[in-house]
Amino acid sequence: MNTVLETLAALTLLLAAFFLLVGAIGLVRLPDFYMRLHAPTKASTLGVGGVLVASLLLGLAQGRPGMAELLITLFVFLTAPVSASLMAQAALHRALPSRAGPPAEPVTGLSPD
Amino acid sequence: MMLNLALNIALGAASLGVLLCTWRLLRGPDELDRVLALDTLAMNAVALIVLLGLRWGTPLLFEAALIVAMLGFAATVALSRYLTRGDVVE
Repeated sequence: MNTVLETLAALTLLLAAFFLLVGAIGLVRLPDFYMRLHAPTKASTLGVGGVLVASLLLGLAQGRPGMAELLITLFVFLTAPVSASLMAQAALHRALPSRAGPPAEPVTGLSPD
Repeated sequence: MMLNLALNIALGAASLGVLLCTWRLLRGPDELDRVLALDTLAMNAVALIVLLGLRWGTPLLFEAALIVAMLGFAATVALSRYLTRGDVVE
């Protein structure tokens, strides 16, 4: 039982390492801000989630409760979309240049002032 | 054995991620790029702290990771609000 859990945790860790790297490389390599917003908010979130799932599995194997990991997982998965949406709003407000050109119709309802 | 290898690989990936985020943080053409880099840096730091907690067998570090995650989210929200409105709290 323990070996099964540890093998599962090792596989999850490898997957998480891959996604963390993909997120960081995307943050450095992609050409404009709107594209760069995609890489960390999706890939890195999955990477952090994978690390925390591996930690939960190892806690299960060692017989200790993983409340903190569960809390971090919930928190990360709840807050990542919120912060990404706020950053996208700020980027549209500042009219950052995009490779796809300006939006087809003016964006409304973002800045109430 | 295999678990230790996987832990080492994941530690290397998270550290490389922190370095790449730092590059974007120093370079970033716009202020928002720096905010995004800081957000990703906080995520990678959470992963790194959890991995170190697993490696050293000290579950106390997981609470530290929770605090880093909350501080990173608060910083991102405050900074992007500031860049949108020029003001954090009206």
